[in-house]
Formats: sequence, structure tokens, C-alpha cells
Amino acid sequence: MSQQVQLPMLELQSIHKTFGGLHAVNDVSFRVDPGAIKAVIGPNGAGKTTLFNLIAGNLPPSAGAIYFQGKAIHGKKPHQIAGLGMSRTFQNIKLFHGMTALECVMVGCHLRSKAGFIGGMLHLPGSRKEEQWINKRSMELLELLEIAEYADVEATSLAFGQQRAVELARALASEPKLLLLDEPAAGLNIYETAEVARLITKIRDMGITVLLVEHDMSLVMEISDEIVVLCFGEKIAEDVPAQIQKNPEVISIYLGEDEQ
Amino acid sequence: MKKKNSLKILSLCGFVIAVQLLTLVTGTQYFLTQLTMSAYYGLVVIGLGVLMGYAGQISIGHAGFFAIGGYLSAALTTHNLLGVAENPLVKLLDQVGFLAMSQDIYGDQLLTVSPWAACLIAVGAAGLIALVLGVPVLKLKGHYLAMATLGFGTIIYRLLLATPYFGEADGISDVPSFTILPALGSLPPIVISGDFSLRVVNYYVAWGVLIIGMILLLNLIDSRVGRALRSLHSSEEAAEAVGVNTAGFKVGVFVLSAIFAAFAGVFITHYNSGIGPSEASVMKSVRYVALVAVGGMTNLWGMLIMGVSLTFLSLRGVFGSMDDAVFGVILIGVMLFAPNGVLSVREFFVTRKKETAE
Repeated sequence: MSQQVQLPMLELQSIHKTFGGLHAVNDVSFRVDPGAIKAVIGPNGAGKTTLFNLIAGNLPPSAGAIYFQGKAIHGKKPHQIAGLGMSRTFQNIKLFHGMTALECVMVGCHLRSKAGFIGGMLHLPGSRKEEQWINKRSMELLELLEIAEYADVEATSLAFGQQRAVELARALASEPKLLLLDEPAAGLNIYETAEVARLITKIRDMGITVLLVEHDMSLVMEISDEIVVLCFGEKIAEDVPAQIQKNPEVISIYLGEDEQ
Repeated sequence: MKKKNSLKILSLCGFVIAVQLLTLVTGTQYFLTQLTMSAYYGLVVIGLGVLMGYAGQISIGHAGFFAIGGYLSAALTTHNLLGVAENPLVKLLDQVGFLAMSQDIYGDQLLTVSPWAACLIAVGAAGLIALVLGVPVLKLKGHYLAMATLGFGTIIYRLLLATPYFGEADGISDVPSFTILPALGSLPPIVISGDFSLRVVNYYVAWGVLIIGMILLLNLIDSRVGRALRSLHSSEEAAEAVGVNTAGFKVGVFVLSAIFAAFAGVFITHYNSGIGPSEASVMKSVRYVALVAVGGMTNLWGMLIMGVSLTFLSLRGVFGSMDDAVFGVILIGVMLFAPNGVLSVREFFVTRKKETAE
């Protein structure tokens, strides 16, 4: 039992990713504890999104290992990793064209339902019941993210901030244990960013571990329990926000030499 | 099913009955033959529509699946197996009750596979071939997928032309009728056959099959699987991220649409009592793609309406020797002016007006 508690939610062991001669991610290791909000920061081109794609299975690592709740996930397909309980959002929002906000979230319930081709075509009582459950559950998630009023609006026509909320609801619909957020505040103004910060904390309080990549310093410093700093694909620091703010190397590389 | 769709299905049923009565009153029952065939072709179109329009995977090889269904059921129900009755495979078919004795037109004994068994074997084979083809081919996208399926269609066409078992350039004729339901009490049996006396029954059978197919697909679109298909059409990455096995669903819908095409091929072959290689030609595949496009890529109703009516006109010979050219022109026209199908033309002009006004 005690061993289970200590098992990290996510563990990266000297992950490498090379594109031709370029070391996009170079020997990065860190772990994410259950129930934490962990942030990965770094200047543009530091390899943050590549790192996310490696974790979520969109790219295979060139070397190294990734463990999710003690299970090796490197080399697995994204949907298999999602099936283990990891969900993600995208930096450039990827909602489904031609679907309402509600339908997008309903797709998110895919892993929590099982009707197949036959069940779907025949509309068997079992799949009909499941369908009602999916509908109800998706509505609840839209309410949780405070966008229930847009349920029947085509998702891609919503305002930017609302689209992000739909994406979050979709990611939550699969009931993940770990949620990866790729720049959740990108393109949002300070009010919307504060709103996102509140939502992320709310999600963490639901017992979901959060790993986020972010540019927005105010957001990261405010909500994260721990921060990993990447620069040119290498990890240069890992600490609590207060220490990261004081770390001279981080300040010089990331926040700019002139500060302080 | 959603209420809106139930109403549409009901009106379609009413329309089908009204058309039959109209031909009866006006003494134009000869139209029923082409209307029956159009319904079967409509089945191919809506099956392909789910693959192309909803899941976003193109296939320019669906005439191949149609032909696999038609040709296999034709060959199995016509080739005499008496000479090879000792073959272990034939014996096995006999043991599971798949064989039937009959007499050919000269009164000779004929041992063949029974139509129901042949239908299941033919449709099963089409599904299996779609599975084997789909797994590697559906890894391709866009033009590459189109080319690969085009290649598949061409191979099937050339194979049929070169195989004596499938009648080479002559195709297969004298295919027996297909009793889909035996006589029940006082009810007559339901038989798929081109016999004039069965014209009305066959008209209803064909439309019944099409309507059932339509109900199944409408249900599918609004189900968990339908949403998964639409989601992978829009973004495979995002679909995968919520756990949709995109490769698996692509193959699944490919097999499903192949099965629809194969069923249509089986039924129409028994109805026409024969099938020829032109059914497998690339032009047929292109025609199905054109009909899906004309109907509107994500509009099953549009596909059904346009698919059936244009096929009907084509079968009536309205386009004369320009038949294939007409479908080419339709395809170009739709792509240019109504990418969402002809039923959306109004939408096109409205948006254009707005654009010019701005």
C-alpha cells in the first residue's frame, strides 16, 4: 500500500528526441507526483511541446523511458496511452468540425462507453441507455466548465476562451488520472487567464494530476506546485516556484539577463 | 432514432408506395425495373457516403466490392458442383446445408450453392477482403488512399476479365432467383428475381433493403461509433487523445461500407439474373464517388435522393452515350459550386452574395 502511494503518476527517465541532427529533447528526467500541478516552462523552441508529444505518444522517444503509474508507455499509441488514463489538450485548439460543443465532449466519453458498430446501428437498448448517460455526463462537464449555455453551438464557432473550455471538458470526459495541458493560457487576456488558473485548480481539487506547458509566468507561478525549466531541450532546473524565481540560471536564460 | 429522421423515413416509405401506385395508375410499370435497380445502387452510395463523408476516407474502388458480392454469389449459384462432389470442400459445404439441387434449362441435374449461403459467403468474402486491404491501405491519406483504392478496383476488374470461372468478358448469366423468405402459411414466398410477375414485389424488396440500410446508417451516425468517425475525420490527433482507436475505426467503417456494396451486388445480380465486368469498372467506382459528392458529403439523405434519382435517369438512358461524361461533369460542377452537395446550392449563393456585399 505504502509503495502504491509513492508510485509517481508520471516518470521520465533520460528522454532523448532527435530530429536529424537536432537534439529537441536531450536527457530529460523528472517525475510528477499524484495530485500535483507541475509545470514545464522554457523559452520558445525549448522542446516543451515535443516533450508533451513524447509523453502523449504522438512521437516516439529516440532513447529513454516513460512510465505512467509504473507502466512503461513509450512506444505505445496515443489512444492506448489515453486508455490508461492520460488525457490532453492542444496548444492550437483541436475541436471537431461540424460538431456542437456537446458532441465534442460526448466524443470525450469514448473511453467510458463501449457501444460498437452493431450496437450503434441497431440502437439496442443497452447502447440507448449508454447514450443517455453520455449525454447527461457531457452536459455536467459543460456545466462544470461554465459553458453549458453553448452546448448546442457549433464548437469551432465559439469564442477562443470558450473553445479552450470545450477542449478541457472533452479531456475531462475520459476521466483521466493525469491531464496534460499544452499552453492553456495561449491567446487569452489576463482576465481569461485568471479564469483558466481557477479552472485548473478546480480540476486538481477533483483529484486529477496536472502537467502543463506554459509561457504565461503569472499563471505558472500562481498555480504550480513544482516547475521544470527546459532550455534548448535540456532540463536546467526543477524546483518549487519560489526557488525557480530566485534561480540565477533560470533568470538569465528565461526571464532575461536584465531583470534584477 | 431522432424524431426528425423517423418522420423522414416515414415520408420516404409513403413516397415509395405512392410511386408504385402512380406507375400502376398511369400504366408505366416498366419504370419499376429501373427504380428497383436504383435502390440497390443507392445502397452502395449511402454505404460509401459514411466512409467518405463522415469518416473522411475516400475509396475509388467500391465497384470492386460490389462486383465481389455480385460475382461470387453468381458463380456459386450457377457453377455445377456435381463433377467435384467428392471434393472435401464441397462435401463440407454439403454437410452444413449450403448446397442445393436443381435443374438447368435443359433438365440436367445441377448441384450448386444455395442463394442464401452464396449471399453470406459473397458478402463475408467482400468484408474479409476489405479488412485485409484496409489495414495497410487506410494508413494512407488523401490522394494516396485514393490511388491505392483505385488500384484495388482496377485489379478486381482485370481479374474478373481474365478468370474463366467468372466468365471473362461475358460475365455470368442464368443466375437463379433468390428466395429470401420462404412461403409462410398463405403468404407467398419473397423472391428476388427479374420475372415480370414479381416486378412489384421486387420493387418493394429493393426499397425495403435500402430503407433498412438507411435506418442502420442514420442510427450509426448518431452513436458513439458515428461520433468517433466524425472526430477522426476532423482531427486524428485529437481523436486519439480521447482514446479513439483511429486505425481500428477506419478499417471498421471501410469493411462496413464494403459489406453494403457487396449486399447490393448480390441482390442486383439475382434481380438481373446475371452480372458483367462493367459493374467492376473504374468508371462505376468514380460514379459512386460522384453520387456521394452530389448528395453532400455529410448528408445521408442528400446522397440517397441524388444517388437514386441520377442512377434512375442513367438507367433510363436519359444521358445516352454521354452517360459517363455526364457523371464527370456532375463531379466537377459539384466540387466547384456546391461542395456540400446540390441540396446546399442555396447556401452557396447566399454566402457568395454576402462575400460580394462586404
